[in-house]
Amino acid sequence: MPGSSPPALELRGITKKFGSIVANDRVDFDVVPGEVHALLGENGAGKSTLMSVLYGLYKPDAGEILVDGRPVEISSPSAAIGLGIGMVHQHFMLVRVMTVAENIVLGQEPSRRGVLDLKAARARVRELSDRYGLAVDPDARIEDITVGAEQRVEILKALYRNARILVLDEPTAVLTAQEVRELTGVLNRLKEDGTAIVFISHKLGEVLEVANRITVLRRGKKVDTVPREGATERSLARLVVGRDVMLSVDKTPCEPEGPLLEVRDLHVRDDRALEKVSGLSLSVRAGEIVALAGVDGNGQQELVDAISGMRAPESGAVAIDGREIAGEGVQAATDAGVAHIAEDRQLRGLVLPFTLAENLALREYRSPELSGRGWLRLGHMKERAEKLLAEFDVRGGGPETYAAALSGGNQQKVAVAREIASNPKVLIAHQPTRGLDVGAIEFVHRRLIAERDRGRAVLLVSLEYEEVRALADRILVIYEGKIVGEFPPDASEEELGIAMTGGTAEPAEVAP
Amino acid sequence: MSLLEEELGAEAEESKGAAATSPAALTAFRRGASGVMVPILTAVIAFIAGGLVVLATGHNPISTYTSIFNGTGLNWLFPWVTGSERATAAGNLQQTLLQATSLILVGLAVAFAFRAGMFNIGGQGQYTVGLIIAVWIGSSFAGMPSLLHIVFAIVAAALAGAVWAGIAGVLKAATGANEVISTIMLNWIAIWLGVYCFQLGGPLQNPHMHSTPVSSNVVAGAKLPVFWGSASLQGLDVGIFIALALAVVFSLLINRTRLGYEARTVGFNPDAARYAGINVGRTWIRVMLICGAFAGVAAALDVLGWKFNLFTNDIQTSQWGFYGIAVALLGRNTAGGTVAAAVLFGALLTGTSDRNIHLSVDPTLIEYLTFMIEGIIILLVSTDVITLRLLKGGRQLRVALKRRRSEQAGASHGGAS
Repeated sequence: MPGSSPPALELRGITKKFGSIVANDRVDFDVVPGEVHALLGENGAGKSTLMSVLYGLYKPDAGEILVDGRPVEISSPSAAIGLGIGMVHQHFMLVRVMTVAENIVLGQEPSRRGVLDLKAARARVRELSDRYGLAVDPDARIEDITVGAEQRVEILKALYRNARILVLDEPTAVLTAQEVRELTGVLNRLKEDGTAIVFISHKLGEVLEVANRITVLRRGKKVDTVPREGATERSLARLVVGRDVMLSVDKTPCEPEGPLLEVRDLHVRDDRALEKVSGLSLSVRAGEIVALAGVDGNGQQELVDAISGMRAPESGAVAIDGREIAGEGVQAATDAGVAHIAEDRQLRGLVLPFTLAENLALREYRSPELSGRGWLRLGHMKERAEKLLAEFDVRGGGPETYAAALSGGNQQKVAVAREIASNPKVLIAHQPTRGLDVGAIEFVHRRLIAERDRGRAVLLVSLEYEEVRALADRILVIYEGKIVGEFPPDASEEELGIAMTGGTAEPAEVAP
Repeated sequence: MSLLEEELGAEAEESKGAAATSPAALTAFRRGASGVMVPILTAVIAFIAGGLVVLATGHNPISTYTSIFNGTGLNWLFPWVTGSERATAAGNLQQTLLQATSLILVGLAVAFAFRAGMFNIGGQGQYTVGLIIAVWIGSSFAGMPSLLHIVFAIVAAALAGAVWAGIAGVLKAATGANEVISTIMLNWIAIWLGVYCFQLGGPLQNPHMHSTPVSSNVVAGAKLPVFWGSASLQGLDVGIFIALALAVVFSLLINRTRLGYEARTVGFNPDAARYAGINVGRTWIRVMLICGAFAGVAAALDVLGWKFNLFTNDIQTSQWGFYGIAVALLGRNTAGGTVAAAVLFGALLTGTSDRNIHLSVDPTLIEYLTFMIEGIIILLVSTDVITLRLLKGGRQLRVALKRRRSEQAGASHGGAS
């Protein structure tokens, strides 16, 4: 059936630029009634931007959107809803203290002479949930139901607004295996009923399971659209990663010495007390870059936090050059020689209302160079900032400039400069080039290799295949809080991709 | 969802330019010229709004404000004010500065917490325990060397205030208890502690006045020396220099010390502070200790400077710590701003006090006018986005007017030729 009917939704040549960065480059995409069309790609490939354009959150710079063959202008989410487009976001947008029915009708409450008609609302919710097998109790409060049920409420919300085109943004990221199976059932019923479904994901396996067609985005461009028939995890991984866009950095073979970072049988829980790192062991030697590759949310953050002292592990050991620091806090880690380029420079890495001199002092302001007897040495802070800003080629400001005034790339250089300037034994680089343009990426990459060559142990945590491949001397793949495989730097992308998504392919054995 | 894309979106938002009202942009804006303009404009708006109310009640706002202004004693600064008028003005100005003395310090007590991202509503309680300790020490130890006695009383009051604020700091660090709630509760504890101390039969009640709920009087040696005006008519004492010196200390502490750097880091971005290895809880406690010390010194200067004794009624009706919030907000939590705002509030309080009001002006109206102006100031400074908009709107209006004028000029020229 799919293919014969005209597309319910068609995007033609959508281009969206943010400054000089092209997030979507002439992307074509369509979905017909009764099909699931998956949108597959890495983080930052442009999936969410494309869907934000579709949902009226961004205005495209070029291209057109057609609904049922007619060109439309979507200027806001309510316009999108009016056209029958429903969006289920990755982060649910529900009022936790209200009931399921109240949440579903919120904004479009049925009323009788101005009085809210909850009875009608409940009846309509029940009818919809029966029709599509979306089992939820209309009278339950959101705070009392499971995550899977919350997602069903979000889907019901869209259906209540007569959505014929349903967009699911990484719907399985928060679900258990059982809930994923239930969701698949729901999607099948919606398909039978003629709903057009866009399914965004970066998990190869589940895409193959639910989708009729699969479109792959890479770096803002559509790579290909393939039917499920004939597609395999390997073929998809190749499309997602792409061979031809490798970033090349000059790198000599590493000459590692003794281990500087040793993690043994580490268990770490996150803020919700869920175990995110489950018995992980790794070691990084002086003079090598070890890349930790994996899909976001598999314990990378908690591992980095445990090594850098921000989070006390449940059990296990972290040793820096033989010195045990697990659970002793950031200062102990810093003193032992850990530096940490934070994943989010604006959230953690920098204090935006501080000057660059103040920001550059954050890691080492306790040192005798920068303060004594409780007083800051402001002159030294400024001199040091001047030196570092020149050395790391930070443009757009001097020591007295506020960090908020710099571009993202220059902000990141400031954060990198500060961490490297602390002369660490172990340098943790967590997504060090996120959101940077090519020039800044290259700078950071070269610098990381230079620091490796100076005998530091570098642990690179990255979600980018290219970055991992370009920098790593060894690649460790993390999945669900454990190292599931070790690969040489020339491991094929398919191998890595499959291991990162929990695939079963045997990792290539390498001698440590 | 892709973080890169979210960030790209955020950057696109920022690139919209001056319209951005992100916290960082606001801070940068505040630190610029508008950092001074906003509070001044805020005060002006408050006075205009107050004037409109006076007008609405059928009174003349100009004569009302003139009367208030003369009541503040600021007319002493005009050389043409002479004779008995000048003597009255001097007395009024001494009052204004006496009020400003402790307003500076209760303001600093709130401002320091703000800089570390905390809201110290407990200035009142910290001030109250300072009052109790200062009056107790000031009225005891007769015969102690004067300077020693004064220093002893001030330091003890500072410690008392520090302990009181420190409790809230410890509770926040140890249990996450919100300092707003805990300081409010500590205010009430302090107030009832004071009432208990000085009530009839209370442990610190004046032993010579069995039927009055009042403390003993501060002994002569513990009184602060008056350097302007008559000591018997509440002249200005040296406390103002102590307050100004502590404003300088505040500025050094916040800008030049490790503690101040840590406090500001915690205030701007607690996550970045933790990431930098700053012990956030310990910083909270230290900051609160310092806040309380400022409030305690304010109390000591009031007691040793002009209060000399405490009635239980004084303790129950005092609003002094709360004025500190307004002073800090209007002063933008800087030392200089706090001093300026304290003088403004001191003047307002003195200028509108009953005894200074000209007979032609309705005293009730004036009293409410003070509250109104304070209220509007607090409202405006806590929603400074509005004031920033007004500033920006004004700028745009000026640009538009200028353009129109030049266009008109061009048009008339064109017609002439």
